[in-house]
Amino acid sequence: MTDQNQDLLNHLLNVISDKISDSSISHGDLTLIVTVDTVLDVLKYLRDDAACAFTQLLDVCGVDYPERAERFDVVYHLLSMTQNQRVRVKLSVDEKTAVPSATDLFDAASWFEREAFDLYGILFSGHPDLRRLLTDYGFEGHPLRKDFPLTGHVEVRWDDDEKRVVQEPVTLMQEFRDFDFVSPWEGVRGQMGVLPGDEKCDEKAETDVSDEA
Amino acid sequence: MSQAEDRKFTINFGPQHPAAHGVLRLVMDLDGEIVERIDPHIGLLHRGTEKLIEHKTYLQSVPYFDRLDYVAPMNQEHAFALAVESMLGVTVPARGQYIRVLYSEIGRILSHLLNITTQAMDVGALTPPLWGFEEREKLMIFYERASGARLHAAYFRPGGVHQDLPQDLLDDIYAFCDPFLKVMDDIESLLTENRIFKQRNVDIGVVSHHDINNWGLTGVMARGSGLAWDLRKAQPYEIYSDLDFDIPVGKNGDCYDRYLCRVEECRQSVRIMKQCLEQMPDGPVSSKDGKIVPPKRGEMKGSMEALIHHFKLYTEGYHVPAGEIYRAVEAPKGEFGVYLVADGSNKPYRCKIRAPGYAHLQALDYLSRDHMLADVSAILGSLDIVFGEVDR
Repeated sequence: MTDQNQDLLNHLLNVISDKISDSSISHGDLTLIVTVDTVLDVLKYLRDDAACAFTQLLDVCGVDYPERAERFDVVYHLLSMTQNQRVRVKLSVDEKTAVPSATDLFDAASWFEREAFDLYGILFSGHPDLRRLLTDYGFEGHPLRKDFPLTGHVEVRWDDDEKRVVQEPVTLMQEFRDFDFVSPWEGVRGQMGVLPGDEKCDEKAETDVSDEA
Repeated sequence: MSQAEDRKFTINFGPQHPAAHGVLRLVMDLDGEIVERIDPHIGLLHRGTEKLIEHKTYLQSVPYFDRLDYVAPMNQEHAFALAVESMLGVTVPARGQYIRVLYSEIGRILSHLLNITTQAMDVGALTPPLWGFEEREKLMIFYERASGARLHAAYFRPGGVHQDLPQDLLDDIYAFCDPFLKVMDDIESLLTENRIFKQRNVDIGVVSHHDINNWGLTGVMARGSGLAWDLRKAQPYEIYSDLDFDIPVGKNGDCYDRYLCRVEECRQSVRIMKQCLEQMPDGPVSSKDGKIVPPKRGEMKGSMEALIHHFKLYTEGYHVPAGEIYRAVEAPKGEFGVYLVADGSNKPYRCKIRAPGYAHLQALDYLSRDHMLADVSAILGSLDIVFGEVDR
């Protein structure tokens, strides 16, 4: 499988290397990194070239990295039934830039892009019908973003006086518990800085080292 | 208003409708009885599964997969388990693989029985669901005897399966197989040559090869049109490459051929189940890696290390090395895939669930155009939609 991926990658790098920014093979999956400008060309080539024949777009999804300037990844998964092979195409984009919609190439892209728009707020240009899909009518926000709380912002209940469902801000009986599970023995230095008192230990260690030197 | 405009109107189908197979709302533009456009409104069962998984450890994520396609729960867990195992580099012992295949096929029969019989109900037949659900009940009891739960099994876990199966359960499953084929014959005798069933399904919702590619259709939706594509054969996982079974394909790609494919797949599943039971080796059912798979209760009584492993696995869980992976299985409804992004912590950074029903429902608008209103329920039945997985 990896050999097959390598062959495909070599073929692609020969023909459209200018459109592929980066590539990798891990766990038997071939990943191509592209940009907003080249994605449609790459998808079209992958679909139409006889040696690729990735005629099925199985999935389009977003991934959120809020600490990056281009915070979203848009990930396309393609399948070739004739070559019995898969490929992943990935690009990164910020909140304001629109990704060209793949609906002209694959009708299947339509709902996947609507879902990415709904859950992440990723914009797609040229999409015929970019409405919300999975969330409630009148929902605000993009729930799969990392800065959207798991509990959401509003809760609904039936109001017996008004005879309708009303929305209210979420109230929690108990503070939401989200443990980070970073072991004090392993992860703290890397993720939170230094434990109280440890700075003395390091000073001592440094002086020890300088003594030896 | 002219007479032509007078014929056009919009109706609302669902969200509570017996033929909607769950909570589906369709806004249909009709010209008389001819469907001009369908706008499916989904998401009424959206529970934010992917968001919840991002806040759970890998082991705690497993039960969410039962709640996707809740008529074949273990098949979903399978994709997630395969993805996590590939990232961890864990291999499942042979007996564990056989048990997984056995229960995947039970799940396939569960799903197909539900679909065949409710599709028949959608077009007016009432007896098939009664006969089919009797068999589903027996299969769900096999689920219960293996995992303790009829539906939400949480049985396929990264590293293997949760518990070994007792011999009498294996014997009972074997005893189920042959009589079940007779029941399939009986159900077929109600439907396959039934005049009304054929009138409602033949030449309805025809899927071409171009549509399969364009709309990302997989599973029976692709095989019904004569495309012999099955991940169990094309990209075999577990022990499928060692087993002898056939992939039924249709000819015309209509609702009736998809029905026939599902019936035959049930028989092939029985064939696979019997082979699994005959060949099932002895040995462990899950990986012996104590950092991934929790110890048995007995070991914890005597081994300090097992106790520590148990504590660590059920509080912190295991850490999966950073990376990304896509693994798919041939679920009863089509290709069920899991795209997993790990950041090296004990929780998935992103877990995208690629549900076959989502892509199939998307094609409903296209497949139903220029059909009669009554055909929509036949097409919807043959798409095999379960809202747990469509809405996630």
